[in-house]
Amino acid sequence: MSDYLVQFNNISKFFGKVIALKDVTMKLRKGEIMCLLGDNGAGKSTLIKTLAGVHKPDEGEIIFEGEKIIFDSPKDALDIGIATVYQDLALVPLMSVTRNFFMGREPLKGPPFLKTFDIEKANKIAAERMGQIGIDVRDPSQAVGTMSGGERQCLAISRAIYFGAKVLVLDEPTSALGVHQASVVLKYIVKAASQGLAVILITHNVHHAYPVGNSFTVLNRGKSLGTYEKKDISREKLLSMMAGGEELDKLEVELKEMNRISS
Amino acid sequence: MSTKSKSIKSKTDFNQDERLKKVSNLKVLLNRPELGALGGAILVFIFFGIVAGDTGMFSAYGILNFLDVSANLGIIAIAAAMLMIGGEFDLSIGSMIGFAGICIAIPAIYWGWPLWMSIIFAFSMAVLVGYFNGILVVRTGLPSFIVTLAMLFILRGATLALTRLITGRTQVPGLRVLIENDPIAWIFATDSFKWVFTWLGSMNLIALRTDGTPLATGIPPSVIWFIALAILTTWILMKTRYGNWIFASGGDKNGANNVGVPVGRVKISLFIGTAVAATIFATIQVLDAGSADTMRGTLKELEAIAAAVVGGCLLTGGYGSAIGAAFGAIIFGTVSMGIFYTDVDTDWFKVFLGAMMLIAVIFNNYIRRKVTESK
Repeated sequence: MSDYLVQFNNISKFFGKVIALKDVTMKLRKGEIMCLLGDNGAGKSTLIKTLAGVHKPDEGEIIFEGEKIIFDSPKDALDIGIATVYQDLALVPLMSVTRNFFMGREPLKGPPFLKTFDIEKANKIAAERMGQIGIDVRDPSQAVGTMSGGERQCLAISRAIYFGAKVLVLDEPTSALGVHQASVVLKYIVKAASQGLAVILITHNVHHAYPVGNSFTVLNRGKSLGTYEKKDISREKLLSMMAGGEELDKLEVELKEMNRISS
Repeated sequence: MSTKSKSIKSKTDFNQDERLKKVSNLKVLLNRPELGALGGAILVFIFFGIVAGDTGMFSAYGILNFLDVSANLGIIAIAAAMLMIGGEFDLSIGSMIGFAGICIAIPAIYWGWPLWMSIIFAFSMAVLVGYFNGILVVRTGLPSFIVTLAMLFILRGATLALTRLITGRTQVPGLRVLIENDPIAWIFATDSFKWVFTWLGSMNLIALRTDGTPLATGIPPSVIWFIALAILTTWILMKTRYGNWIFASGGDKNGANNVGVPVGRVKISLFIGTAVAATIFATIQVLDAGSADTMRGTLKELEAIAAAVVGGCLLTGGYGSAIGAAFGAIIFGTVSMGIFYTDVDTDWFKVFLGAMMLIAVIFNNYIRRKVTESK
């Protein structure tokens, strides 16, 4: 029995002949933030979808709270507490904060067959939850479209936590945000982790990831370049790994070699 | 209506936060999608009150007349609005009306079915057609505009071809005699509150025929259906989980899917809704006229969509109201009847319809921007 909350062991995913993921391993403890770094095309989206239960891994296993788990659908992942907040946030701008917060999981009241959406209760919970993270929802019946990008991100995260997330998978939560908004969101992510959640933060922005992450997994061309504890790796090293820095170094050496021969 | 005012009230009552600027009920109302249609309907009544106030348009008979027309359109407009909020279109509503009509008439007249069985048959066919539309749109991911446009032609063609094949002509008369004593037909064919009108007649408050019976005999079934549907759908949208799913499915179907809303099922049920509404429309009209016509309902789908748009539905889905569509239908019904009471040539009605829709779309667009505008 390990002390990890969730382990993804040697996950591989193939699409026909294309190897989208190969032997990716990640382990998370409660209260930990693991940052998954990778450039475009590194396989981040495939990995997210595998974590979220959209794709079934072709190889490898997912172990959650010590038990091996197989997801047949995103709902299975959600049910055991792995909640994914996608980049589009699954928020409808034209709908109210409350209606978004409880979208798909509305609280009901009333007799059987005549159950109605308990809007009063929903309003109260939504305002309370948003208040806890310091977002002043002046009126929970206001449209989400009136909120800023950072507030929307926090709403989506807060919703996932409210509905029992134990592992939070965040897909590029800061990519569309300005510096200030991004820091608000990152602060909230740290706060969520400190309450015992395991967070997988997917990003290509090392500057956002480094301050908040406990460990870092770098993904490159479908393969993991390894997981590093924060103390073992510097920001610059991460950056160069992500950008394929080692490849570029090698290229530089090769070019020098060529120049030497030709001259 | 009562559900509506209650939900608006609860919204303002809820938040006691002192930072929240006190929002007047008026301001809340201004943000509602049906506002434009409500205002339009009031304007239309004021207009005809001035222009045609003394012509009999607003006699009991006249009122029931334009209410009947509004209600018929309203029944399909409400269903079209629900579907539009869910993010899809149904262009086959009009053809479904014709198809449902002959689904009632041919079994009843040519195959000797009891009328109630034919009516149930027509509604079963409606569920099938709606399901088929829905499953096609959901499974293929094609725009519903195209899928239901195809269905518009297929249904109309099948209606015409089958009717001619079976009956040798394009109209099926002779239904009126079957209505009496039928266990179901009365739901679609009986005037309600007759006693009120008899009483009003006896008090000489409304116009009478020469035999002493009132000219307006009762509230037509279309109006009862219309009001019932408007209340039911508004309740669904505002107060139920399914209502929230409809908004979510239309607003962002991927997002809704990701948080567990069964978008496919919601959309399919809404397509069934429009087909069933078309069948309610058809049943009422067929029983009223006593005959089914293969061309019945032609272009009704566009009128229904126009009423829904005037009622505040966005073409892109996710926003709108059923009660707004009901007001939209009242506007169109009132103008289409009222124009007879004025000196204006009735040819101008279509111009009005188009202009009204254009204004509504521009207005809705503005409202949407306002609703989603950043603080």
